[in-house]
Parts: sequence; structure tokens; C-alpha cells
Amino acid sequence: MQYVSQFFSIINDVFLKMTWLSDLITWVVNNIFRLPINDTDIWGRIGGSLQFFIYDSIKIIALLSFLIFIFAYIESKFTPEKTRRILSKLKGIKGATLGALLGTVTPFCSCSSIPIFISFVKAGLPMEVTFSFLISSPFVDLASTVLLASMFGWKVAITYVVVGVLLAILGGMIIGKLKLEKYIQDYVFDMKVGETEEVEPTKKERIQYAKEQVKNIFTKVWKYVLLGVGIGALIHNWIPQELVEKVLGNGNIFAPILAAIVGIPMYADIFGTMPIAEALVLKGTGIGTVLTFMMGVTALSVPSIVMLKQVMKNKLLGIFVGIISVGIIVIGYIFNIFQFLII
Amino acid sequence: MNIKVLGMGCCNCVKLYENTQDAVKDLGIEANIEKVEDMAKIMEYGVMRTPALVINEKVIVQGRIPKKDEIKKILQK
Repeated sequence: MQYVSQFFSIINDVFLKMTWLSDLITWVVNNIFRLPINDTDIWGRIGGSLQFFIYDSIKIIALLSFLIFIFAYIESKFTPEKTRRILSKLKGIKGATLGALLGTVTPFCSCSSIPIFISFVKAGLPMEVTFSFLISSPFVDLASTVLLASMFGWKVAITYVVVGVLLAILGGMIIGKLKLEKYIQDYVFDMKVGETEEVEPTKKERIQYAKEQVKNIFTKVWKYVLLGVGIGALIHNWIPQELVEKVLGNGNIFAPILAAIVGIPMYADIFGTMPIAEALVLKGTGIGTVLTFMMGVTALSVPSIVMLKQVMKNKLLGIFVGIISVGIIVIGYIFNIFQFLII
Repeated sequence: MNIKVLGMGCCNCVKLYENTQDAVKDLGIEANIEKVEDMAKIMEYGVMRTPALVINEKVIVQGRIPKKDEIKKILQK
């Protein structure tokens, strides 16, 4: 058992945390840029920021390309048509659970969420199933889970997934129980939805799809990653630890709520928020507070709410946003309280 | 031939449109390429993942961007 866990921790250090890369960049900063790395003088801080920036950019970009390729290949098997067919036979908690789970592997870009929502509703899927799928799909995905593991370890990553899926199931069940069907925009029910044949993608198509995904996500995301790493580097070496601890640390009882207020309206990519989260945790922010921030950024944003308004009336939209907001704040508190168990 | 590119502006629908135009030009065939951005119309085709390529009212590709050469092969069928 001991050897197994040692084996995994080596794999984790070499491939996910890339500790060797961190050491290498430290060497480069020390010997080529001739800068010290410390928190005491200005050159040490510049050196530290530089080390964080170079190391984190390379790490995230390398992991991102690799992970997106692998997971896009796996996920290409789960087409929305197939998901709809599987889910259409279920209802209640069973349906909500499967909906939430399939939401984690069914890939789609955010602009597809409306067509998928409409076709689920038109196919007669119960509310709890549709909504647990809708909540879990932007929240939890395979690539961000592995990236999370590379920064905070597997315990945090797995807990994040489990909690995210549970929130999706619970949110879906509440919306289902409230019988809110009448608050879906009326035109959705009048819409004609055509049928397409369910074609199993070939291996070649799946590889091509995976390559495309890497390219697409890359062109879309690199700005956010560099920006995120830049902000992370600033927090890492220039913002005093006491300040971060005071505002976002566990001493401040409102920290998760604050994180939600900042995170929810913001639109950014999860990969861009991770370096910020990493730096914040190093500076003493509670892990729950950071997770609330990250979940807020990925699950909801002003653009996504505007988009959802096309298919939901205000009441339903309000309940949807309310459940997610309360959910992620509660998750923040739970993680902060049980921090000692998972770090 | 009647070709439609479905997509609501994002998701690289533009790229698929360009690839399709190039393919048609390369083959030198007569084709009418139309961009469909209206969600109701897209749903009528049953498309859940954009962009999608529709040829003679049949959905051929959805959720990915085939390269020019692949579109050429599809068109020659």
C-alpha cells in the first residue's frame, strides 16, 4: 500500500506538479536572470514573480494541451443525442444523478447549452434531469479536475467533483419538486425540433475532433491563462500575506460570500482562474473560499445569465441562479471547516 | 447544390463557412452556401452542437469543423 501511494505521489510530482520544472525555472531565474528569489527585498520579489509566471504559464499550457486532447477524445463518444436518449428513460433522483454525471463528460461549448436545453425540454425530459445536467456541465469537467489535482492534490480535486455533482443533483431535484415548467419561455414548447441520425463517430473523426478542441480552446483561452498567471504572480510576491489572510482567510467569516460576489458575475475560463487560486491559497486564503470563487467564475457569469434568459422566465432564472449561488457559498464554508482533512 | 452552415455566431461557425466556401471554389461546382444563425431554424434541423454543415437539407457534420479537404470529399459524394 505504501509503495502504491509513493508511486502515485511520484507520478503526481513529475507530471502534474512538475516539480522538476519549478526547480529548473528557479535555476534559470537565479543563474541567467541573476535574480534572487525571496520575499525580503525588491529584487527577490521580482525574481519570485518571474519564477511563478514562467513556471505556471509553461505548466498550465503544457497540461492543458495534453489533457484537452485526451479528454476530448474520450468525451467525443458522449454526444448530446446519446445523452438525451439515455436520460429520456429516467426520472426522479435516479435521473437527476445520471444527468449530473453525464453533465461532467458531455462536452459542449457554452453556446450549445441553449439548443441542448431546448431539445431536452422538447424530448419531455423531466425538469430535475434537465437541470442537474445543466448545472453540472459547466461546473465539473475532466480536464479542469486534473488541473485542480496538480495544484491542490487529488483529495481536493476528487472532493470538488463529488461536491459539484451533489450540488447539481440537489439543485435539479429542488427545481423538479417546485414544478417550474410553466416558467420556461413559452416559445420553447412551440419550437419544432428535428431529428438527426445518431451516428457513431469513427476513430479518425474523434482524433480530429480532439485536435480541433486543443486548437480552439487554446486560441480562446491563452489570454486568460497569461492574465491569470500574471495576477497570480502579483499576489504571490507583492500582496502582503497579512492582507490576504485578513480579507480572504478563515478569520473572515464572510470570505466565501465575498468570493461568490466577485466570482459569479465574472466571465473567465477555469484555466485562467486556477493560477489566481493557487497563489491565493499559498498566501493563506481558505481552500473553500478559493473553490467558491472558482465555481462562481465557471458556473455563472453575466453573459451566461443573459443567454439563459432566452429560454427561462425571470422566476425560473432567479431560482436557478439562487440555488447555484447559495450552493457554492455553502460548499465554500464546508471546505473551509474541513480544510484540515483534505490538505 | 444547397449548402447551409448552422451556428449562432460563435463556436467557429465562421471558420466552417470559410472552409466550405474554399471547398466549393476548389471543386468549381455550383452551390448556394447559406449561413443560418436563427436558433429556431437551427433547432428544426435537430442540431444540438454547432457548427453544423447541412447539404441538401441533410445534416452531415455537427459539433466540429471539418477541414477543406474533408468537405471536398463530402461534396463529391
